[in-house]
Amino acid sequence: MSDQRVLTVDNVTGHYGDSHILHGVSMHVNEGEVVTIIGRNGAGKTTLLRAIMGILTKRGGSIVVRGQETIALPPERIARLGIGYVPEERGIYATLDVTENLMLPPRVAAGGMSLDDIYKLFPNLYERRRSPGTRLSGGEQQMLAIARVLRTGAKFLLLDEPTEGLAPVIVQQIGATIELMKRQGMTLILVEQNFRFASRLADRHYVMEHGQIVDVIDRAQVQARMDSIKSYLGI
Amino acid sequence: MSMQALFGQLLVGLINGSFYAMLSLGLAIIFGLLGIVNIAQGAFYMLGGFVTWMLLNYAGIGYFWSLLLVPIIVGLIGAAIEKTLLKKIYNLDHMYGLLLTFGIMMFIQGMFVHFFATAGRPYTVPSALTGGYNLGFMFLPKYRGWVVLASLVLCLVTWYAIEKTSIGRTLRAATENPTLTRAFGVNVPALMTIGFGIGVALAGAAGVLAAPIYPVSPLMGAELIITVFAVVVVGGMGSIMGAIVTSLMLGLLEGLTKVVYPQGSNMVIFVIMLIVLLVRPAGLFGRER
Repeated sequence: MSDQRVLTVDNVTGHYGDSHILHGVSMHVNEGEVVTIIGRNGAGKTTLLRAIMGILTKRGGSIVVRGQETIALPPERIARLGIGYVPEERGIYATLDVTENLMLPPRVAAGGMSLDDIYKLFPNLYERRRSPGTRLSGGEQQMLAIARVLRTGAKFLLLDEPTEGLAPVIVQQIGATIELMKRQGMTLILVEQNFRFASRLADRHYVMEHGQIVDVIDRAQVQARMDSIKSYLGI
Repeated sequence: MSMQALFGQLLVGLINGSFYAMLSLGLAIIFGLLGIVNIAQGAFYMLGGFVTWMLLNYAGIGYFWSLLLVPIIVGLIGAAIEKTLLKKIYNLDHMYGLLLTFGIMMFIQGMFVHFFATAGRPYTVPSALTGGYNLGFMFLPKYRGWVVLASLVLCLVTWYAIEKTSIGRTLRAATENPTLTRAFGVNVPALMTIGFGIGVALAGAAGVLAAPIYPVSPLMGAELIITVFAVVVVGGMGSIMGAIVTSLMLGLLEGLTKVVYPQGSNMVIFVIMLIVLLVRPAGLFGRER
């Protein structure tokens, strides 16, 4: 695995209005890695992704994406560095149908999938292609949210709780899609509550508590450290 | 009541409805994208009429060139106002947008009253559009038919652009979820500038079409905008096609009232507005927010 840094987060702070959420987060992701951020609800995982995308307006510290400092950039410039974002709430547009949802994000890098390839990968989206985005089931919406960033050519993806509230068969399908992305050399940050799901895919786990990274666990250490992981997650 | 009178008033109603449509369409685009209730829309309509008059009288530029140039000029003025003033208040309550655009309206209108006084100025119908057709049941002046046709085409082109093209797709996405749309790499702040420019350009185009019918005066927009806001309340802010259909229907209804109960013609739209507010507060085509 190459050592090339895709993302370096250094001492990042973040606020929602008056509440201080991120208290100096530091982490990094290398090219081709799958990294998870795990931790209990309210630890600041989603906020960290929003800080990386620049849609958290009050943020400090340093976030470097492929060598470019982004802390002062607006979100549209950060996205154009080749990042694809799949938000926790999925962000499917109700006023756009499935095809329009897929076509919406501008291409940010070469080599994105074509609409045909996406429909081959997700045949059920093809069947619903004329439906308004929000008429889809939860699983279909999640597929659409993932498929949408595959078209853009982004090689660095942020996935926020892609399996939340979904049936096991759909979780499996999403897991297979993420494995496919990994084989294609994409770099991923995965925020996930479902540790069993995350541990099969990830090279490294960052543990977050109270707006800070409190531990890093490599894939090789997962079995040995299962007890502390369970206590971090409260399971 | 003669058929002549009935169709004559329906035509007047259709023309008024066309103006309501062009103004409320712009309002719907601006409200959707910027969250601002643009009270100054009437001032941009007046600006359209006045720039048309000025181009002819100061530069010798005629009607058809004005039809092309004036919306561009008004749109650019709008874009400049958005970039310098409106963008500073997006994080504040809707009420601030209302107050700011109210101030902009008073300023534009006041400047024109100061330099041109309130008297109406005539604008001659272009020679290609003088005369008319005898349709048997009524006489249709060519220019009036042109106004209805031109505004319908303009409204439908705008509707098509928003609902069926890739630019419109981006515009709808930015209207629904601006933050996420930015996170996909779309420059939403620039889109808002363009959206405001297009919204007021529609009012400017209406001003050009109005110049040969209504006298060009600094107050022409203030009179119209009150009715237009009633139309918008009836139609609801949510839908582009809704704005067009409601405008034409209410224009026709106003014309019909002039025939059957002339005393009520100035009131009818406001009565409908009251009923709609009581029964369906989000408007006929609006979505509850």
